[in-house]
Amino acid sequence: MKHTVVALMQDHPGVLNRVASMFRRRGYNIDSLAVGGSETPGISRMTLVVDGEDTIVEQVTKQLYRLIEVLKVSDVSDDPHIARELVLAKIYAPASKRQEVSSLAEAFGGKIADVGQDSLMVELTTSPDQIDNFIELVRPFGIREMVRTGRIAMVRGTPTHAGDAYVKVA
Amino acid sequence: MTELTGAQIMCEALLREGVEVIFGYPGGCIMPFYDALVGYEQLHHVLVRHEQAAGHAAEGYARVTGKVGVCVATSGPGATNLVTAISDAMMDSVPIVAITGQVTSALIGRDAFQETDVTGITQPITKHNYLVTDVRELPRVFKEAFHIARTGRPGPVLIDIAKDAQQLRTTPVWPESVNLPGYKPTRDGNRKQIREAIKLIGMANKPLLMIGRGVMLSEAFPEVRELAERTGIPVITTLHGIGAFPEDHPLSLGMSGMHGWVHNNKAIQECDLLFNIGGRFDDRVTGKTSTFAPHAKIIHVDIDPSEIGKNIRVDVPIVGDAKRILTILLEELPARDSGDWLLHIREMQAVHAAKQQYTRPETPQFMPHDVFAVMTKMINERGNYHICTDVGQHQMWAAQLIDWLEPHTHITSGGAGTMGFALPAAVGAQFGDPGSTVWAVAGDGGFQMNIQELATIMQEGLPIKIAIINNGYLGMVRQWQQLFHDKRYSATPMWSPDFVKVADAYGMPGMSISRAEDVADAIATAYATSGPMLLEFRVEQEANVFPMVAPGASISDMIMSDPQPVLA
Ligand SMILES: Cc1ncc(C[n+]2csc(CCOP(=O)(O)OP(=O)(O)O)c2C)c(N)n1
Ligand SMILES: [Mg+2]
Repeated sequence: MKHTVVALMQDHPGVLNRVASMFRRRGYNIDSLAVGGSETPGISRMTLVVDGEDTIVEQVTKQLYRLIEVLKVSDVSDDPHIARELVLAKIYAPASKRQEVSSLAEAFGGKIADVGQDSLMVELTTSPDQIDNFIELVRPFGIREMVRTGRIAMVRGTPTHAGDAYVKVA
Repeated sequence: MTELTGAQIMCEALLREGVEVIFGYPGGCIMPFYDALVGYEQLHHVLVRHEQAAGHAAEGYARVTGKVGVCVATSGPGATNLVTAISDAMMDSVPIVAITGQVTSALIGRDAFQETDVTGITQPITKHNYLVTDVRELPRVFKEAFHIARTGRPGPVLIDIAKDAQQLRTTPVWPESVNLPGYKPTRDGNRKQIREAIKLIGMANKPLLMIGRGVMLSEAFPEVRELAERTGIPVITTLHGIGAFPEDHPLSLGMSGMHGWVHNNKAIQECDLLFNIGGRFDDRVTGKTSTFAPHAKIIHVDIDPSEIGKNIRVDVPIVGDAKRILTILLEELPARDSGDWLLHIREMQAVHAAKQQYTRPETPQFMPHDVFAVMTKMINERGNYHICTDVGQHQMWAAQLIDWLEPHTHITSGGAGTMGFALPAAVGAQFGDPGSTVWAVAGDGGFQMNIQELATIMQEGLPIKIAIINNGYLGMVRQWQQLFHDKRYSATPMWSPDFVKVADAYGMPGMSISRAEDVADAIATAYATSGPMLLEFRVEQEANVFPMVAPGASISDMIMSDPQPVLA
């Protein structure tokens, strides 16, 4: 089963390397990893998608906690949460196909970020499943280039995974 | 406040952490520190002959004292030479701080002379590490490093310091406390789980205690003893639990596992409760995990939550410090009796005779067992000792055949199994406990891996006693070749120099012993010699360590003796 794990960590040089190196060394299967700022200055927030049994995810969590700079780790898979991913896809679209591609993008709630000679760049932010669906639908047109950010996630309702507890952190 | 150089701040920081001795080796990028050291006579620097030895000496010191050991090396090759010892300390949870020089910050990343990415290399084998390029960070980093090394599950911390950060001046700002929001080791243990454990102890018919290095690290000796005596539960020690429970105690069963006693492995397979305190269910302990302790409920105390459920399923996990947890547990634990169960284990044990005959084949040869039989008697008569063993057959014989009575007497490389450990570890151990007798017990192979440290011993005037168990082979590997590779002795026969002459060249007295009847005199001579002494025991070359569980086999499948495997 795929688990979505959210981790808060001090924004120090080398932290990402520590996390990545730990995953490699322990042989964990990471489907995606997205890291960036959080609401608290000095604290980064990482969202991981881990494939494995519950016991594996428990080990991943514990091993993350062993890293001194990791502050909090939660498996949010079973909590109601919003998961999003952003994709940029440059799709082959000569004039004759443009309309079709842009209405597909629109149907998914995406937009056209750039128009080229014979291509359209679609920008789409939605759930990872929807992104998969979208990609399958546009594949026949020809995808020239594509980048996905990896999943980011947040639990619904009153924040349960905020960095406030650590605001003293420099 | 006056300005200090970074190097002086390093020395001040070491003093603030209570450091008295450091083991190291100089070089270009750490020269500012060595220069400052001249002004700090309180910091005794021990010049080793290879940086690996500095690391193991720091470990030996830490393993004997429980304090943080410190080693120092220069950048590049100096730092990489520390790597083996750092990983050894990581595997065995030994608190050390390793300090390495790094090229000047402006040169970092340019493949400068003797530049190596030491923080990168040591990332997976340190508890934490730092690269310092700003002199103002030194006071905080040192305080954090020592705190991390010694608290929670202890381990190695490395501080890599750019040369310019050692040279620049600043007025140090010494932090009052550490601010590590992501590092809060649990110490007390969950009360509910502790109560659950008490319940299981009350219900069990065949309970066993297994104690590991966590007991040693938290010094939970009286608590373990009280627990055992109040309940009558017999006690198994892992390799690193040796000494945490006296082996002359009626409830002591000794070691289990790959070279543990048959009755212990059988008891584990029969027991209905296994209470593991501070052991990490290493594969040398469990054998094949799917068949390990099949009937047992398992209580596991460990300060590192990631150890729980890592190798073996656990019914009652208790995360925290062994001493604290046991103290709380003992407040409520009722007495019980486990006499019948103990009797049953003793009956299984009685099938075999005393330790000696347990494993020593009937032969007129000079067997390694003969050395240890005399040694255990003589060292225990005299007391106050630390025995640093190396890695191989002699290590297992020492663990099996010496009667271990006191904590911190048995110093060995368990998790990493680092050959070459014993001699430098003995150097550190002697500094940790100057009044004691420190023995380095090594094989002919491992001794030659850090033989150069004889010079360190002489330069420092250390009265270390060395026992080489010379079997002319990389014995443990040869044993595996004999048992599992049709006796193809590939790259295990080993020529060695005349060890007594080698000792002599270093100015150390030495003696070679080839007969069982000469062992006692030799050991007596070593004790009567005020300085160091080397004893070489030329033992039977193809003696084997039994009992033995083949790698990957179930712990109940024990090979009892030569020549062909016989299942117990
Ligand atoms: C640094 C290192 N290299 C290789 C090994 C593999 N190894 C384990 S035991 C052993 C043989 C040790 O021989 P010796 O020191 O003579 O001790 P003996 O087993 O003969 O008592 C070897 C090579 C090791 N543990 N450590
Ligand atoms: Mg040998």
